Amino acid sequence: MSDILRCHPGIGPAVRGIALVAADDFSARYDLDRLKGVFSRPGHKLFGQAYHGRILVLNNAKGGVATAWMLREMAARGIVPAALLFNRVNPILAQGAAFAGVALLDRFETDVTQRIPNGAELLVEPAEGRVTIVSVPA
Amino acid sequence: MKLNDEEQAMLAGEMGETLRWAIDHQRQVGTFFDAPDMVPVTQAHIMADPESLGTAGADFVEQLAARSDRVRIPTITDPRGIDFSHADRLGQTAAMQQLERRIIGGLEKLGVLMTNTCINYQTILPPLRGEHLAMGDTGVTIYCNSVLGARTNFEGGPSALAAGLTGRTPRYGYHLESGRRGTLRVAVEAQPQGPAEWGALGGVVGRIAGSYWSVPVIDGLCDPPGSDALKHFGAALASFGSVAMFHIPGVTAECQRIEDAFDGPPPEPARVTAADLAALIKGDAADGEKVDVVVFSAPQLSLYELAAVAGLLDGKRVHRDTTLLVATSPENKSGADRMGLTARIEASGAILLEGVCFYQSYARELAEANGWKRLMTNSAKLLNIISGYGYLPTLGSTESCVASAVAGRIVR
Repeated sequence: MSDILRCHPGIGPAVRGIALVAADDFSARYDLDRLKGVFSRPGHKLFGQAYHGRILVLNNAKGGVATAWMLREMAARGIVPAALLFNRVNPILAQGAAFAGVALLDRFETDVTQRIPNGAELLVEPAEGRVTIVSVPA
Repeated sequence: MKLNDEEQAMLAGEMGETLRWAIDHQRQVGTFFDAPDMVPVTQAHIMADPESLGTAGADFVEQLAARSDRVRIPTITDPRGIDFSHADRLGQTAAMQQLERRIIGGLEKLGVLMTNTCINYQTILPPLRGEHLAMGDTGVTIYCNSVLGARTNFEGGPSALAAGLTGRTPRYGYHLESGRRGTLRVAVEAQPQGPAEWGALGGVVGRIAGSYWSVPVIDGLCDPPGSDALKHFGAALASFGSVAMFHIPGVTAECQRIEDAFDGPPPEPARVTAADLAALIKGDAADGEKVDVVVFSAPQLSLYELAAVAGLLDGKRVHRDTTLLVATSPENKSGADRMGLTARIEASGAILLEGVCFYQSYARELAEANGWKRLMTNSAKLLNIISGYGYLPTLGSTESCVASAVAGRIVR
């Protein structure tokens, strides 16, 4: 049985994919090795994990403005998350998602990092402000 | 989101593809944040370093530049990634330099003024209270909002460029009076001294605030800080917490008394002690370990900071196994040349970089090319950023950074 989460309408296309979840914050410059496609900041809860094609589910946006350019650069090289789900973002993540055409949603009714299990299959529909948990890992 | 007739014409493509892209990008962002309309801005400031843009970003800038549209308001740039006079020595490749030249060429064709600085509020044209801006560096944004009372959100490179082209930006966040009110109170029970301690305070408060939408009100500071102190404080606060505005009663533009900052009685404060600052500074202290590179950057140095570094380096030599990098704006570099500061700094073997910032200069590739791992800095902002690039960072005072560069090991 599917499970639906509601939030503020977002940016970008509808996508389907597998969630990579952590109660941690995010900046493409601070946290990623974009050439290898992994989280590279030692203190990050997703350190060492690959993000390509995954739906990142995280808490807040960190400082720094580089993500606004970097998401498009990552998309152009084909090593980019499928979508971004946050409790709350700053303008940079929204600007970067709009520039890159990457799906972005925030302002959920609940703590999204606690609500979505790591590895769950999700259907993300930004225009509707809706995320469907299609299935969860056994 | 309401668009006026001119904005509707832009969106319909009646004013060309460049303005159609720009206003559509701004409409998407404004709609996401429930902006009621657009607000005219007087300056835009673009972060556009080559590592962030990559080939895709350079292609985009060149596509815009190939058309006839130009920016319609003063539009300036954040630090670049390459100082061509030192690129080969630092191991920045021909491909990196070529990409940098492509981006510079595109921005210049668009009419952008290549100021290449993150301290434009000290060196180019400080905005005035109430002025709406599109500032593209977190340190610039927080300083302009807080110290000067101007109004801007974080504007990433594409959005700042869009603002330069349209002369406006979506009206949300820090453009609105309601977004500028204090949301938490922090009582500081220590008086920071020097860039590292002011940055550490910004880092500690940033961790407490933890969100772009938080506006901390800082209480308890005894001595009025100067511009360089608030530069480091704000840059670290923005980096650690993604915070875009703070109030300090009696110091910042919109807060004479603590009651001014809040709607209602000031809340009970979170407390920050000298031990909290010391803990952040101590962090990965690595006392006595070999230091590969010592960096003064993030933000770029003011003339006064350059003079202080020059004074500490007089009569000394940087250790042969350590690199000392100092980054400043082109305007300050010119002044430093004229005043003899450059010669004094470089006589020690240090490298004075112009118009760049360390973490925007292919930091990962610099580490690989030069065998750098242990980095020391007086910038809490750089401390917060650089571990993701593979460095082991240590924070210290300006004096201890210079002493470490000379000794070739961490001295504190």
